[in-house]
Amino acid sequence: MTVSERHDMPVQDAKVRARNFEEVALGYSPDVAIAEAQRCLNCKNAPCVSGCPVNISIPRFIGKIKQGDFEGAYSVISESSSLPAVCGRVCPQETQCESKCVRGIKSQSVAIGRLERFAADWHNANAETEICVPVSNGHAVAVVGSGPSGLACAGDLAKKGYKVTIFEALHTAGGVLVYGIPEFRLPKAIVEKEVETLKRYGVEIKTNTVIGKTLTVDELFEDGYEAVFIGSGAGLPRFMGIKGESLKGVYSANEYLTRVNLMKAYEANSQTPVMRAKNVAVVGGGNVAMDAARTAMRLGADNVYIIYRRSMDELPARKEEVEHAQEEGVKFEILRNPVEILGYNNAEDRRDVKNGFVRAINVRRCELGEPDERGRRKPVEVAGSEYDIEVDCVIMAIGTSPNPLIKNSTEGLAVNGRGGIVVEEQSGKTSKQGVYAGGDAVTGAATVILAMGAGKTAATAIDEYLSSEE
Amino acid sequence: MYRIVKKTSLNDTVTMMDIYAPSVAKKAQAGQFIILRVDGDGERIPLTVAGFDRAAGTVKIIFQVVGGTTMRLNAKNEGECLCDFVGPLGCATKTVGLKKVCIVGGGVGCAIALPVAQKLYSLGAEVHSVIGFRTKELVILEKEFADCSDKLTVMTDDGSYGRQGVVTLPLKEAIDSGENYDEVIAIGPLIMMKFVVATTKPYNIPTTVSMNPIMIDGTGMCGGCRLTVGGQTKFACIDGPDFNGFEVDFDEAMARSDTYRAFEQKERENCNLFKKEIK
Repeated sequence: MTVSERHDMPVQDAKVRARNFEEVALGYSPDVAIAEAQRCLNCKNAPCVSGCPVNISIPRFIGKIKQGDFEGAYSVISESSSLPAVCGRVCPQETQCESKCVRGIKSQSVAIGRLERFAADWHNANAETEICVPVSNGHAVAVVGSGPSGLACAGDLAKKGYKVTIFEALHTAGGVLVYGIPEFRLPKAIVEKEVETLKRYGVEIKTNTVIGKTLTVDELFEDGYEAVFIGSGAGLPRFMGIKGESLKGVYSANEYLTRVNLMKAYEANSQTPVMRAKNVAVVGGGNVAMDAARTAMRLGADNVYIIYRRSMDELPARKEEVEHAQEEGVKFEILRNPVEILGYNNAEDRRDVKNGFVRAINVRRCELGEPDERGRRKPVEVAGSEYDIEVDCVIMAIGTSPNPLIKNSTEGLAVNGRGGIVVEEQSGKTSKQGVYAGGDAVTGAATVILAMGAGKTAATAIDEYLSSEE
Repeated sequence: MYRIVKKTSLNDTVTMMDIYAPSVAKKAQAGQFIILRVDGDGERIPLTVAGFDRAAGTVKIIFQVVGGTTMRLNAKNEGECLCDFVGPLGCATKTVGLKKVCIVGGGVGCAIALPVAQKLYSLGAEVHSVIGFRTKELVILEKEFADCSDKLTVMTDDGSYGRQGVVTLPLKEAIDSGENYDEVIAIGPLIMMKFVVATTKPYNIPTTVSMNPIMIDGTGMCGGCRLTVGGQTKFACIDGPDFNGFEVDFDEAMARSDTYRAFEQKERENCNLFKKEIK
C-alpha cells in the first residue's frame, strides 16, 4: 500500500450486521492508526481546522498519534470537543475537515474522523479521565436538554466552576444520542460514559423534568439560576399531509427510532412494542432516514425501500451511511414521490385483523428540473407514472418543526417564522436577558457537531455574562 | 423514584393510586396527564391526572388493568416506588366562562372527568353529571360525583344499577327538556365520545372530548399520538388532550388505538396474574 491510500475502516460483514444491533464500524488498531496518521502532511496553514465547526487542532492531535502518544492525542481533541468518541463516529467529516485536506486534492484525504474516534476509544479503554473539580465560583446555571448542545454547554461551564443543573424531559440523559441515533452507529455505552464524566465534574442531571410544563424558564430564575441555556432539540415530526398517513403501520422516524433505541424494542422481551414489518418504506433521504431503514433491516425486514424524490447525488445523508445502507440490502427508490398510503380494507369481514393496516404506498416518478434557489435541482413529477410498492410499514423521515412548549411558556423569547429560537450567532444570546440557546432548537434539524459547537459558544458567552456582573 | 403513598382498589380491574411527585402536584390541573414507567425497562404510558394534593405533593392516578404495563403497575403496593413519573403534560381543560355544563363520563374515563367536574363546581358552574358503566360491579366514584354535581345520573348497560341504557339517553332527554348547556364535556371510551358528539351536534352544543391515544414521550417529539382534528394533523400531547368533539375523526382514532392489540394479547397470555384477576 502506498502512503497516499487511506486505510479502510474494518467493519462487520454486511450480511451479518444487517441482522444485529452491534456497532458496524469496528475502529482502527493502533498500528493502522499510526500508519494513517503518517499520511498527514502537517500543513502549516492547516486547512482541515477551518473545516471543523469547533476548530479541533487536527494536525497536532494526528501528530501525537504518529508518535504513539494516544492519550496526548485525546487531550488535544478534548481542548476543543466535549464529545470526541461521539463526534468521531457521527460527524460528517467528508464535508467538514476531510473536505479541506490537501491530500484529498490528488488522492484521498486523511481519515481524520477515524483517527479522532481511535484516540477517544483508546482513552476510554485505557485511561481514567482525571477529574479535577474546580473550585465553585458561586454561580448556578440551568441547562435545558441533555443532547449534544446541552452536554457540551454543561461540561464547559462545570469546568469553569459553575454549578450546573441539566433538566431532561425523558427518563434518560443523552437526547438524540440515545433516542435517535441507533446503537449500531453510536453504542449507548459511549453516551453513558460522557454523561458519567459530566456528573463527576459536579453536573446534576434532573430527568423527568419538562421545561415549559413541570417548570418554566422564569421559574428557573426564581429558583436561583442566573443564566439558562436552552438546548431542547428539534421537535415535532413532520408528515406529508397525504392520504393514509394515519393508517396503522405509519410511523414518524422519531417514533420508530425512539421505540427501538430509547425503549429497546429490539430486545426480545421488551415491554415496548414495535412493528416487525417484512416490507418497509422509509420516506426521506437524510441520515435519519438511513437510520430508520437500517433499523428496519435489523428488525427482520425482507425489503426496505428508501423513497426519495431527487437522485442519488442529492441525497442529504452522509455518503458512508448511504453506502452502509446499500451494502446491508436497503433498496433506493429514488426519483419517487409518495402520493398516497393504501390500507387493508376487507369489506366482507370487518373483523379482519389486517383492516386499517398499511398494505402499499403509491408513488409517482419524478425527473430533475431546474435548480432551486439553493442550487438543488427540483423534482418534477411525471403525470400518470404512479405505481404501488407493497409494504406493511411506512416511516416518515422528512424532518421536524420546532417544539412549541418553551416558546409558549416563556414571555419575551423571540422565535423566527419557523418557530426556531432567535439567537446572536456569535454568543447564542436570545432576546431574553440571561437566556441562551443552541442546537436544533435554534437551527432546526442539523448535526451533532454543530449543536455541540453552539453549546460551547453559549458556555463562553454565559461565562462572560456572569463574570461581568461582579 | 416516585413513592406510592396510597393504593385503593375501586373495582376488580380499576385501581387508584396517590403518587408522591411534588413538582408534578404543584402544577397539575384538571385535564392534564402524566407519563410513567413502572420499572427500569418498562414502557412509557400516559395516564390522565385524576386529582392532586399540592400540600401533600401527591398526584392521583386511576387506571384500568388492560395490558402488560397496567398489570405491572397494579402489582405495586403502598410504599413501593415507580421508576419514572413526569408531568403535568398537555393543556388543562378550559373552564372559563362556563355557567352550566353536562359532564359525561364512561367507565374508567369517569376518573378523568371527576377533577373537571370538581373544578367547574368549585367555580360556581351548574354541573350535571352522567356517568355510565357496563354493570353494577364496575361503578366507581359515585359519591365523589354526587358531591360535585347539581344533578347526577348513573347508568349501567345491563340495568343492574341506576338506570339502564347508554349515557346519551339521559343527555338527549335533558337537552330536549330544555336544559341549555354551555358545553358538554365527554370523557370515556372513544365509541362513547363519538356517540355523545353525535347526540349534541344536531343541537350545536359545544362538546369537548378528552383523547388518550398511544404516546411515548408526551412532549411533542414522537408524533405517535397524532389525530385528525378538523382535517388537520394534531398531536394530543401538545395540542390536547382536549379537542372540539365535532372535529375529531373518531373512526381513525379507534383504528389506531388497537395497533398493538396482538402484542397486548401476548402479554395477557403470558401472565398468570392476568388470567386469575381479569375477567
